[in-house]
Amino acid sequence: MRRTAAVLSAAVLLLGTAGAQAQGGAAGEAGVQLKAGAGREVTTSRCIICHSLEYIPANAPAMDRAAWQKTLQKMRERFGAPIDEEEARTILDYLSTNYARRS
Amino acid sequence: MLRRRELLAGSVGTLLARAARPAGTADPHGSAEILGTLAGKRPLIRRAFRPPNYETPLRDLVAPFTPNDAFFVRYHLAVIPEVDPHSWRLAVGGASAGHALSLSLRDLRENFEPATVVAVNQCSGNRRGLFTPRVPGVQWGNGAMGNARWSGVRLRDVLQRAGVAADALEIWLEGADGPVLPATPRFQKSLPVERALDENTLIALQMNDAPLPHWNGAPARLVVPGWTGTYWMKHLTAIRIEPKPLESFWMKAAYRVPTGAFPGARFASQENPDTTPITEILVNSLITSHVWGARVPQGRRVTVAGKAWDNGAGIERVEYSIDGRQSWREAVLGSELGRFAWREFSVPLEPAQRGSLEVAVRARSRSGLEQPQKLTFNPSGYHDNIVQSLTLEVT
Repeated sequence: MRRTAAVLSAAVLLLGTAGAQAQGGAAGEAGVQLKAGAGREVTTSRCIICHSLEYIPANAPAMDRAAWQKTLQKMRERFGAPIDEEEARTILDYLSTNYARRS
Repeated sequence: MLRRRELLAGSVGTLLARAARPAGTADPHGSAEILGTLAGKRPLIRRAFRPPNYETPLRDLVAPFTPNDAFFVRYHLAVIPEVDPHSWRLAVGGASAGHALSLSLRDLRENFEPATVVAVNQCSGNRRGLFTPRVPGVQWGNGAMGNARWSGVRLRDVLQRAGVAADALEIWLEGADGPVLPATPRFQKSLPVERALDENTLIALQMNDAPLPHWNGAPARLVVPGWTGTYWMKHLTAIRIEPKPLESFWMKAAYRVPTGAFPGARFASQENPDTTPITEILVNSLITSHVWGARVPQGRRVTVAGKAWDNGAGIERVEYSIDGRQSWREAVLGSELGRFAWREFSVPLEPAQRGSLEVAVRARSRSGLEQPQKLTFNPSGYHDNIVQSLTLEVT
């Protein structure tokens, strides 16, 4: 957990640099917010390290719980997202509840 | 909170009708398109703020050459430095290179023969947002593509200057853009050595006779005519000539299609029994003259026009149907801008009856391939080249 926090603060510092460098790329994204619900804060704080949040609603029509599970696994294992087990469960519940297709 | 920019964008009309929907579906996904502006670009359809992914609206796909400030923008990773063209160097080397080179822009301009090609750059995932069933990824409509005149030097000449050993298998490519987290794989790609040595593969410094825009890969990017955009490395920094396949997430896990599912060049050194890298663009077409549901007058001449393109074999013909795809007639082809360019087509119509008029268009390549009626599903949503229809409202 402490290690995650350290990685996360490093990431936030990096994000500052990235934001400045990307310039127009990131401008305006603060206006994008996720739906209210249990897990929104941790989902927001982890996902915005690497990407703006509209990737989530934009993909919702293609997603169910299994697809979000796969995406979370990719983000953690392939992309090195600093998300621990407990956070991953919370994020999966949040995304499957709020951003999944109606099937 | 709405930012000023959003409000300004809203005032010029942020909602565009999605053009050329798949046949039989009035509004498959019901999504409105929001325009946003990147520095140096006119308003484009914003698919994502960061990493920036912006799509060219239909109205900017009408011109034969897609304007630089309207050309689509596609990034995987969010750290995108403004490259200083004076200090920029291209490193050329690798285990199968005779010797290493470090080239400045001036070296490229002065010590290599200039080369130009007109070519379509199309994202592998163009039209992913039209896929049924839906698949994850950037939900592109029809505009993750454009046509431009690319100028620079031949990749072949640069590779041969370094020396290409007989055991060279792949050319490994790297750009200046990178990930936020050090653990995230950098966007590294490779090309089969034979495609890299093709005379049409360029290191481009210019696009439509102007320096490359920042968001399209300044100061130098790879241009691989006929192959999808994933190989067109932006902000090029390093080229390696190597005797073995590149081990990269972006080769081994991403940008792959089921082996044998699609026609086109094979990338043997990266292929496995299940999946293989996406390679060449499939024959395709798009009506650009009208948006879905556009009103046209009854009994008067109206010209429906658009673009057709393929992997560089060239467009043989474009046909259209106005009777529910029962019978097909030939459209008129415009002049050829180059075999890797798109080809304009036009269909003169005189709608006799009021009501909905469905116009379907299909292109055929000189390779003999034709646009299919049915989608070949693949989990990443690539290669949607199915025949599209556009519905006009005759009033």
